[in-house]
Amino acid sequence: MTELKITGAQALIKSLVEENVNTIFGYPGGAIMPIYDALYDYTDSINHVLVRHEQGAIHAAQGYARVSDKTGVVFATSGPGATNLITGLADALIDSTPLVCITGQVASHLLGTDAFQETDIIGISAPITKWNYQITKAHEIPSVIAKAFFIASSGRPGPVLIDITKDAQFESMQFYYEKCTKIRSYYPNPELNKDSVEEAAKLINQAKKPFLLIGQGIMLSNAENELKEFVEKSGIPVASTLLGLGAFPNNHPLYVGYLGMHGDYAPNIKTNECDVLIAIGMRFDDRVTGDVSRYAKQAKVIHIEIDASELHKIIKADVPIHADAKEALKLLTASINKNQHDLWLEEFKSAKKTEVDTLKQSAEILHSEELKMNEVIELLSEITHGEAIVVTDVGQHQMMAARYYQFNKSKSNITSGGLGTMGFALPAAIGAKFGAPKNTVIAIIGDGGFQMTVQELGTILQSKIDVKIVILNNRFLGMVRQWQQLFFEKRYSFTEMISPDFVALAKAYSIEAAKIENRANLKDALLKMLNYEGSYLLEVMVAKEENVFPMVPTGASVSEIRLK
Amino acid sequence: MEKIYTVSVFTENSIGMLNRITIIFTRRHLNIDSITASESEVKDVFRYTIVLRTSKEQVDKVIGQIEKLVDVLKAFVHEESEIVHQEIALYKIKTDNLTNGSVEKVIRENYARILTVDPMFMVIEKTGHVEETQLLFEKLKPFGILEFARSGRVAVTKPMKELSTYLKEIEKSN
Ligand SMILES: Cc1ncc(C[n+]2csc(CCOP(=O)(O)OP(=O)(O)O)c2C)c(N)n1
Repeated sequence: MTELKITGAQALIKSLVEENVNTIFGYPGGAIMPIYDALYDYTDSINHVLVRHEQGAIHAAQGYARVSDKTGVVFATSGPGATNLITGLADALIDSTPLVCITGQVASHLLGTDAFQETDIIGISAPITKWNYQITKAHEIPSVIAKAFFIASSGRPGPVLIDITKDAQFESMQFYYEKCTKIRSYYPNPELNKDSVEEAAKLINQAKKPFLLIGQGIMLSNAENELKEFVEKSGIPVASTLLGLGAFPNNHPLYVGYLGMHGDYAPNIKTNECDVLIAIGMRFDDRVTGDVSRYAKQAKVIHIEIDASELHKIIKADVPIHADAKEALKLLTASINKNQHDLWLEEFKSAKKTEVDTLKQSAEILHSEELKMNEVIELLSEITHGEAIVVTDVGQHQMMAARYYQFNKSKSNITSGGLGTMGFALPAAIGAKFGAPKNTVIAIIGDGGFQMTVQELGTILQSKIDVKIVILNNRFLGMVRQWQQLFFEKRYSFTEMISPDFVALAKAYSIEAAKIENRANLKDALLKMLNYEGSYLLEVMVAKEENVFPMVPTGASVSEIRLK
Repeated sequence: MEKIYTVSVFTENSIGMLNRITIIFTRRHLNIDSITASESEVKDVFRYTIVLRTSKEQVDKVIGQIEKLVDVLKAFVHEESEIVHQEIALYKIKTDNLTNGSVEKVIRENYARILTVDPMFMVIEKTGHVEETQLLFEKLKPFGILEFARSGRVAVTKPMKELSTYLKEIEKSN
């Protein structure tokens, strides 16, 4: 318990230290200058990463938070600095990423006057933050920051934005810090209803064709081991959502694949054949369910979810369990019988064979001399044993990475799922490297998305970190082109893209780089990149008009998944 | 099927609550019929009463998302039969009308009352349900209504635990 008079800006930095913050992603400006000035005395204990755009800062903080167990911290100035955070806030909210974003604000006597660089960031960010708050008095800083970290990281995590007026940053105050562990109107730890768990166990014990769907909630609750015990005892096949990839080792015999629009054939069709569907830490996104009126209608649904508003939101659960996944899984495992479902599992395997055979055939017919995205990713997966942290952008390459990288480690798949934010990967990979410095971090990005946040190459240059960047260049906004081909009679309206010389661009930032066009050079090029000490950009020219299959077209049922 | 629902939301007294609550409705393209706010029976706990016409399914999902707001203590939804509710309406008409005996009759028959009489205008008040305040509006129309204002609904529920009981439960479980 320390008590001394300091400024609000110093109190903010001290509060961050109390929350064990050692990395901040940010960009300075007028209204946050007192805070940056206070930060200058902490360069030994806090690493501030100077990005090139505030969107880069927030995506980096997201990457950082998702690989580690920490809350990402962002600094930005008022006005344009604050509005540049918007995409990242929306992304972090929908993908449940804990962030605390600090924005500077004009002095309190100027609020509401259209002062220089004043923007109503509290109003603007209200629908895309878990909580936000404007501080106008220095003495509020410690308790509000404590609350911010508690809210961001507890329950279903999410982004919090704290806006601090410049006068509050200058004002002097008595510093006293106490961590927040409780808020009267906020209930992040629901009490597990044991009767519901018993009811779920009964359904599971009687099930002939049970099927388990997992989402990111498993990782957010650190329930990977509990999940494994449950699966191995129950013998239930497991499929994962996009954000859940890695929560269960993809090389496990009970893992049956990736769900949803570009997911695997078996888990999609089996969703409409199972008798008990168990969903844990996932929210039945429309990219997972397809047409909900034809989704798992035959099955009894057990839904384990920490966010009460997700229960019954999309799919009516027969047994809703409002709980933390880890706690619920422990009890559920204790309540079920040991079981095996060999015949049922065989069905998944034969469906998988159908998928593999069909995809292989169409790949052979389609201009086989050109490199395909999946070859690059499969090889990358093999070389890294599915143990690298893979950060993907949005588009075809993202779906290919989800399909063909074998995620064997938890928190190793970082991608923008709910919002689908192009431009996410490069800054998120930078953040991921700071969050997990011992791991190999590989960003897989399309030629389009790379150019949305390409300025962050400057962040790599300045912070001297080691991030591997693979650009899968198809000279198209590939995913949109695929839809144009399939649903708009190949009218390629503004999807062809002319790009700069990426290798020269990387080199301009002192980043080692290479470009390959042939299959013969692929393995060597990947090995060279992975063995290189320092950041490396590899541009791989891939087929221009490759499509991602399987595919559940919009409005179709999961059982209508197309293999070609 | 669409019905009228009354939503009661109990919140901490923090800035911006009204905005946070209403954007949850606008996001789903739901139109709010009326909204009122005041301190509840518990000090520093505010009560918002929101009336809207929608389906049960929609309103239940909205309640879930409102309850998710950090500063919301509890939210409830009620059908018409589960609440006692009231609105207040004020009617401003020219004072001249008083000399004409029929205004007095209208006021008397509608259980309204005169709040104030100025040399130029007078203000009549009526509390009741929308249909009743609307009926008086129609009756006063021939006299020339200078100004008219009707409040949103305030409501208390018939069967409901006291808020303080909820608060105690919340404090215990946290
Ligand atoms: C910020 C943003 N703008 C637009 C889109 C729509 N969009 C989704 S995928 C895609 C194409 C991506 O192209 P590219 O980055 O080259 O990757 P590819 O699909 O070719 O692998 C677009 C434009 C988006 N998801 N995000």
